[in-house]
Amino acid sequence: MKKVEITGAEMFARSLADEGVEYLFGYPGGAVLHIYDALYQQEKVKHILVRHEQAATHAADGYARATGKPGVVLVTSGPGATNAVTGIATAYLDSIPMVVFTGQVPTDMIGNDAFQEVDSVGITRPCVKHNFLVKDLSELTSTIKKAFYVATTGRPGPVVVDIPKDITAQRGEYNYPSKVSIRSYNPVVKGHIGQIKRAVELMMKAKRPMLYTGGGVVLDNASDELTELTKTLNFPITQTLMGLGAYPATDKQFVGMLGMHGTYEANMGMHNCDVLIAIGARFDDRVTGNIEKFCPDARIIHLDIDPASISKNVKVDVPIVGGVKSVLQDMLKLLKSGDYKTDMDAVALWWEQILEWRSKDCLKFDATGKIIKPQMVVQKLYEVTNGDAYVTSDVGQHQMWAAQYYKFDKPRRWINSGGLGTMGFGMPAAMGVQLAYPDATVACITGEGSIQMNIQELSTLKQYGLPIKVITLNNGMLGMVRQWQEFFYQKRYAMSYMESLPDFVKLAESYGHTGMRIEKPEDVEGALREAMKIRDRVVFMDFITDSEENVYPMIPAGAGQNEMILV
Amino acid sequence: MRHIISILIENEAGALSRVAGLFSARGYNIESLTVAPTNDPSLSRMTLVTSGTDEIIEQITKQLNKLIDVVKLQDMTEGVHMEREMMLVKVRVANHQEREDVKRFSDIFRGRVIDVSEETYTIEVTGSTSKLDAFIKNLSKIQVLELVRSGVIGIARGEKILSL
Ligand SMILES: Cc1ncc(C[n+]2csc(CCOP(=O)(O)OP(=O)(O)O)c2C)c(N)n1
Repeated sequence: MKKVEITGAEMFARSLADEGVEYLFGYPGGAVLHIYDALYQQEKVKHILVRHEQAATHAADGYARATGKPGVVLVTSGPGATNAVTGIATAYLDSIPMVVFTGQVPTDMIGNDAFQEVDSVGITRPCVKHNFLVKDLSELTSTIKKAFYVATTGRPGPVVVDIPKDITAQRGEYNYPSKVSIRSYNPVVKGHIGQIKRAVELMMKAKRPMLYTGGGVVLDNASDELTELTKTLNFPITQTLMGLGAYPATDKQFVGMLGMHGTYEANMGMHNCDVLIAIGARFDDRVTGNIEKFCPDARIIHLDIDPASISKNVKVDVPIVGGVKSVLQDMLKLLKSGDYKTDMDAVALWWEQILEWRSKDCLKFDATGKIIKPQMVVQKLYEVTNGDAYVTSDVGQHQMWAAQYYKFDKPRRWINSGGLGTMGFGMPAAMGVQLAYPDATVACITGEGSIQMNIQELSTLKQYGLPIKVITLNNGMLGMVRQWQEFFYQKRYAMSYMESLPDFVKLAESYGHTGMRIEKPEDVEGALREAMKIRDRVVFMDFITDSEENVYPMIPAGAGQNEMILV
Repeated sequence: MRHIISILIENEAGALSRVAGLFSARGYNIESLTVAPTNDPSLSRMTLVTSGTDEIIEQITKQLNKLIDVVKLQDMTEGVHMEREMMLVKVRVANHQEREDVKRFSDIFRGRVIDVSEETYTIEVTGSTSKLDAFIKNLSKIQVLELVRSGVIGIARGEKILSL
């Protein structure tokens, strides 16, 4: 029988289809033209043409965060690859599964400073989980398989595959492996049962316990287990910016987000706890504040899939390496055995203390004035969408207000760049979410600074009919920068004011969308209700908000968690 | 404290730069680094000498283990081990006395003169880092023209092995 030979480019397209890839976010160019030609001639993998490669990576990232499936990107060599780097780093810092294919100049030209050549593997090395250069057609499909395997297992992360152009033109027999193994890569899922027992025993002794959970719970789809554990223990729970939604925010055991802009009760709870149970969280500096002052009385349990996260910033007493879901299931089994009892009396007293802290109502704000308060917009958005929207955000004050005032009851609903803090993330990410869930309400809460970093994607949204809602909290300032300048630089507002902002209503209209400008507090709710009814195009809502407003509470850099600035 | 970390790593282009990049990106120091293929051609063995507190060394080993290309790793310093480094030194020997001195030093350190010219000797010495340091110190009166050290390699004593 004669062997059927196809090109590397065709193998690429078929591999993605066999991998179950639904959407490929990308932008063409010389080095990937063979691949684009192959994509053109098939229907299984749908290609979304963005307007800038950075947006391709964020869109794939948003898709991945909302669905749990890996996001997939294709860009050309040189500038295509460098434009993608910000998005790759964004996914890396938040451990998002993503596979990015970069075109490369032909093999025999590599190293010659050829047209549109950059060392993509070298440039991306510090911000990927792993990367590959495909050196031979015979390795193409197995490398693609490995890339998906590495990106989605263990602690997830972005993987780059660099493919020289000549390889996509060569012909060979197609064979996509159903499984791969890598001898040097064997992520642990099951936790050590002895350690899990020690952790449970410590939890039973706790008089002032605190659950502190992060993005790892979301990534491992362990919300149900976390919720059951929290309920069983009756311990207070706080979540990081990345963890929001894993435990329902409307539940009374949830004390709010912690960290730099966390609630008073969450941060005071952290500071005063005697047993800290960290789950899928990594003791980021925005969470801990001054490490020297962090949780002075606590013995610490830390569950994480990545051993390198454990005892990196804070020395822990009971480390558990394993998948969150699997380990929480083991913990629940132990708790159900009946051999373990929490110190209910002590915990009841602890709750009294926490409720006293909570009664400070640290997120209250005065919305009686004539200018729209940004917090109020988020609150109204929450009401109007019944708390059921997918919310993406950019970076700045608006991001913190979104996290504080939109109460996420489900995981994968809150999509933001926590680790890298990438302005320009929100709108492309929303694009990826809306593609994954065409009928869902997807809102991008942004600032007039951030939105301009990837505003060109209004065009992509039009092309694919993605009706996201852009909620711009337009304070006419790079608000978060201005806030720091107000607090720490005696109000010297260096470059935090932007002159000549565009008329966002006209801008949206020129792309074929609907624009709205909302200036009065009493118009906020009505405008939001009206916008939510529009399902066939983007509604760009420009809320003119109080430019003096600050995000509270705030732990200043270098301070401990108990040293918050309140309103 | 000083640690000798031995790594079995995939013998692939880029593997070395992943390790070197990790050290520079995270600000860990490298005293020496050597790498060469092993009897299994798919694997290279890398020996890294670094120093730091216990916490830093723990992070270094964890971060190294996290690299996909790293197959296996051992901190030699945790057990009894042998370490060797080779040094080649070219010195100026202008007169009889200097020639005698250099020969005597190298005998004491079990070194060998491996090349001579009218005014130079090249000596090969092998041993632990501290032995080589001591040798250089002893040469203080002699003019060193060139000095090259291989970096440390190490292996555990007895039955303990680092292999797949
Ligand atoms: C790409 C990028 N550049 C710079 C920053 C630093 N930065 C953080 S917040 C911020 C201001 C954001 O302003 P805006 O989007 O208007 O939001 P606001 O804080 O006013 O809500 C800046 C410049 C960043 N996070 N990302």
